Amino acid sequence: MNELRRLIIKGSVAAGTLGVAVGAGLLVPGRVLAAWPDKAFGQKKMEDALTTLLGSAEMTESAEISIKAPEIAENGAVVPVTVTAAMAGVESITIAAPNNPAPLVASFDLADGAHGYASTRIKMGKSGDVIAVVKAGGKLYTAKKGVKVTIGGCGG
Amino acid sequence: MATIKIRAKEKDGVTTVKALMTHPMESGLRKDSKSGGMIPAHFIQEVVCEVGGKMVMNAHWSGGVSKNPYLSFKFDGGKGETLKLTWTDNQGKSDSIEEAIG
Repeated sequence: MNELRRLIIKGSVAAGTLGVAVGAGLLVPGRVLAAWPDKAFGQKKMEDALTTLLGSAEMTESAEISIKAPEIAENGAVVPVTVTAAMAGVESITIAAPNNPAPLVASFDLADGAHGYASTRIKMGKSGDVIAVVKAGGKLYTAKKGVKVTIGGCGG
Repeated sequence: MATIKIRAKEKDGVTTVKALMTHPMESGLRKDSKSGGMIPAHFIQEVVCEVGGKMVMNAHWSGGVSKNPYLSFKFDGGKGETLKLTWTDNQGKSDSIEEAIG
């Protein structure tokens, strides 16, 4: 009970400060650090999602990005995906599955010193591509890999 | 209750972090087979990793990340420092862990 109360108080204070900051024009909504990009994640089309998240969907295919994912995923609920980007100055890595109901799966912002590497496990509703989008030096690069899913991961 | 298992190892100037979190990661798109209603969304939205108070990695996730999510990333340096990993979900819950980089 106490914990819940504290959480609510903390939450309302944080929301209040953020509101003031946004109101004062100090922070542009959608670009607020640590704010979850709900608009981008809510998009049903991958291009829209990427444009909302990264500001553009214009990407160059790059051989410097490698995606490690199984060719055949026995269980779509758990598809291991590892993205490695060999180029310099990687700012973010975004993982998307265009055939999912919500195509945008995960996005990793990488600070200076972080390598162009991210590994996680994602859900895939059906067979299709896994897309990696890497932002480096203000430009977007992409690569994809097809994954065949034998059992869907979205409950069905 | 700790919900995060983490391992951070430094080798040749590069630290590799591997983390495993306990979380249902409900996308909100799944039906409850018993009641027929939708299972409400409950997933980790954000994972932040700080080393020595400096942010190294900040991940934004959707419900498309698997249940009990796994995460791995790498960064330069980190030897002898302490790493802090925090997750926050869409219901406002959060947990964090501190780990000395070995």
